[in-house]
Amino acid sequence: MPPTAWIVRNLWLIPALPIVAAGCIAVLTQKRRAVAAGLAIGSMFVSFLLAMCAFAHVLTLRTHDQPDLQVFNFPWLQFGHQWLSLGWVLDPLTALMLLMVTFVGLLIFIFSVGYMSHDENFTRFFCFLALFAGAMLGVIIANNLLLLFMCWEVVGLTSYLLIGFWFTNPNAAAAAKKAFIVTRIGDLGFLLGMVWLYAQSGTLLFYDSGAGALEPSSIASALAQHTIFGLTVATVISLLIFCGAAGKSGQVPLHVWLPDAMEGPTPVSALIHAATMVAAGVFLVARMYPLMSAQVAALAATPSIALQVVTWVGAITALFGALIAVAQFDIKRILAYSTISQLGYMMMGLGAGGVSVGMFHLLTHAFFKALLFLGAGSIIHGCSGEQDIRFMGGLRKRMPFTFATYTAGMLALCGFPLFFSGFWSKDEILFSAHGWSISHIPFYFGAFAALLTAFYMTRQMFYVFAGAHRAAPATHEAHVEDAASPSLHHPPAGPHESPSVMLVPLVLLAAFAVLLGFLGMPAWPWLQSFLESEPVTFSIAGFYAPGLIAVMISSSVIVIAGLMLGWWVYGRRPIADASAKDPLDHAQHRVFSTLSHAFYVDALYDATFVRAANIFAAISAWFDRWIWNGLVQTISALVIGFGYLDGFLDTHLVNTAFDEGCKGVSGSARLLARLQSGRIQLYLRYIAAACILFVVLLLWRAAR
Amino acid sequence: MTPLSSYLLLSAFLFCIGLAGALSRRSTILVLIGIEIMLNAANLNFIAFWRYGPNPTALTGVMFTIFSIAVAAAEAAVGLSIILAVYRRTRTTDLENTEASER
Amino acid sequence: MSLRNPVHCVVGLTVGFLGLAALYLQLGAQFVGLTQVLVYIGAVAILIIFAIMMTRSSESAEQQTFSRSWVAGVVIAVAVFAVLGWAIHFGAQTLPTQTATPDLPVQQIGDALLHRFVLPLEIIALLLTAALIGAGVLALQDPAGEKRGQQ
Repeated sequence: MPPTAWIVRNLWLIPALPIVAAGCIAVLTQKRRAVAAGLAIGSMFVSFLLAMCAFAHVLTLRTHDQPDLQVFNFPWLQFGHQWLSLGWVLDPLTALMLLMVTFVGLLIFIFSVGYMSHDENFTRFFCFLALFAGAMLGVIIANNLLLLFMCWEVVGLTSYLLIGFWFTNPNAAAAAKKAFIVTRIGDLGFLLGMVWLYAQSGTLLFYDSGAGALEPSSIASALAQHTIFGLTVATVISLLIFCGAAGKSGQVPLHVWLPDAMEGPTPVSALIHAATMVAAGVFLVARMYPLMSAQVAALAATPSIALQVVTWVGAITALFGALIAVAQFDIKRILAYSTISQLGYMMMGLGAGGVSVGMFHLLTHAFFKALLFLGAGSIIHGCSGEQDIRFMGGLRKRMPFTFATYTAGMLALCGFPLFFSGFWSKDEILFSAHGWSISHIPFYFGAFAALLTAFYMTRQMFYVFAGAHRAAPATHEAHVEDAASPSLHHPPAGPHESPSVMLVPLVLLAAFAVLLGFLGMPAWPWLQSFLESEPVTFSIAGFYAPGLIAVMISSSVIVIAGLMLGWWVYGRRPIADASAKDPLDHAQHRVFSTLSHAFYVDALYDATFVRAANIFAAISAWFDRWIWNGLVQTISALVIGFGYLDGFLDTHLVNTAFDEGCKGVSGSARLLARLQSGRIQLYLRYIAAACILFVVLLLWRAAR
Repeated sequence: MTPLSSYLLLSAFLFCIGLAGALSRRSTILVLIGIEIMLNAANLNFIAFWRYGPNPTALTGVMFTIFSIAVAAAEAAVGLSIILAVYRRTRTTDLENTEASER
Repeated sequence: MSLRNPVHCVVGLTVGFLGLAALYLQLGAQFVGLTQVLVYIGAVAILIIFAIMMTRSSESAEQQTFSRSWVAGVVIAVAVFAVLGWAIHFGAQTLPTQTATPDLPVQQIGDALLHRFVLPLEIIALLLTAALIGAGVLALQDPAGEKRGQQ
């Protein structure tokens, strides 16, 4: 076994650098903006270079036909006779994610310099951003489920900090709490799964020269045991871990935090809630894929139960998100529900098609969704904080660059045929769903969701960019975002284009949104073979896989149909007035309002879980106030009572005793004073009496 | 009863009379008289014991008695002069006169 | 001792002294008996009468004879008598019996005084001198005080 390469041993530098940068920024004052931004961007850049080194290393291993999975483990904690080891792993999956996260992160950091330039908490923002980046990179390189979980939690923490960045706004604070709590519910399942895995396999390392938890021997043993409902241990552990992934990646029913998370600044939404953090869930499933896909030998043809669950959940989520996005009016919320929908697609891809299918869409989605969010940020910045699409319009002429890049992202998201990356990745997913042996329903869900995706994106484009600008009336309040910019900074001349520091990342992302697609074409499935460690060839024969052309054509038709539908409803007559009702609303009011309230899921949760929690809290408060407090009060009353009793005793008994004693002394003194009366005869008498006594005594004794 | 014990009894009787008088009478002079009686009783005791004692030729009892008489006389003189002095002050010889004793 | 008039008491005292002198003579202590008569009756009793006379001027028959708690004194005296009597009675068996009357010339007493008992003699002399001087001082001191008291 060749000695581990330098890059593998020092893989820890990649997450460590941003974390150290975050620590340094934390001790800076708010004034030193350039230093803070410089530290964050610099550390991210160096991490990007190191990620490229790692990627190059994996490529060289591949070309030399060596095993491309490299690990570096070291012992960490000892308890009893066991050692808990930590470590990091470098395999194609890791290298790909590292590259993607560092690159997109770098671009978003640069974008934030311009976006947050008016905010007074600039330094704090970069501190949190750097911390988040470090933690996310830690999740990616972790070879130990415990290390992954620790970094996972830090990611959740920084997400909370960043969503609630403008914590003075109660909506933002509430949204941050909601995000944290909902992901926590998922993390509970994750923790249970982790503990069970440790109990089952005796190790939490993924790959450890044959002894790791994801290596064949331990998977085989997990498969052999059966537990509740007749499921294998492997299935149950996988499902528990999937709970964590579902929480982080916003699968139904734990999706409710994602739309509210849009209260955070737009770069945050772009980085965390489009490209990276939500992808962490998908990444987790991909990492745990050996366990999740493990199937008993007798049933080798059918997918494992865990993967079936993943596919179903993904399909439902894809449809759900797309339906709701049709009826939203906040530009970021549309994108948020779109993200939920696309995450559903990714899970579906993982479940039905495997790691490469899901990860391909993750990769392309990261770029075009980040592009869309940053474009939305540019729009919001240009409109001085306005987020409601009813109050936008006509921005095509005012913000041309933004319009161009946004269009590229939108077409990629829809999956416009052939030239945009979204087409290729979504197509892979639909193809896998089409070929899924269990059922075709996920395929139909995915297809319908693709139609809806095209529809709502077109709707959004027409609302925002077409027609004339619908300025907000004076009574309408702009969103708190960008409220830090005083009106004198942006003269009220209406929407304007953003500065170049914000535009350059947009352009870069747009380029990638187009180009990345070509990495995974069926003709040249470079990405798939990279991830699955197979040799890659360029051949048109890839197109001849059975059913592939049919799926490609049908998905193209669906996308174009969606675009046309959108144009039909929204494009022919531009929306004249902000207060005008949405045409769909006009047509089907009840359906529209259900969709716009997100199927009332939030209201349901509020009525059930939140109310139950409130009741429980009220009971606990009652308990605390009356019973524990009462106990404490009783004890203290007892003590006070004792104090009073003591005082009473002291005053009346002790004092009185003392007084009586004194009186006794003075009384006896008075009596004794009579001895000294000065009367001689009295003295004589006493003397005589005493003499008698003595004599009697003496005689008595003598008489014995 | 032997003659000695009868003498002793008499002397005791005299002593008690003198004691009673000294303790019970109000006038100081009468207290002094009581004291004289007591002294005499003691003298009688001495003589009786001398007479019936083991060694009468030693004259111890007689000597003692003579000295006792002398002392008693001196003491009577001094006591009476004290009573006179007090009388000049307080104009009374009453022992229980509270005005005199308070002064 | 229970007579009202102090002079009567003194007379009673004198009679008592006489009786004692007779007893002494009976017991064979002639010198002591005669001394008793001389000193006690001749000096002490007279002295007491003098004192009574001199302290009589302001007092009248209103003065009570017995103190307020004379019962206590009597009781104590009775107790003393009881004790002494019991002692005598108790020791009655051990008391020596009468021996022959000793022959006691006065010369022997004189001899004893100057030989054996010379020290007590001198001390008694000193004592008598002191008593004399003291009594004189006390009795003489008062003319100025008397005048002050009277004013």
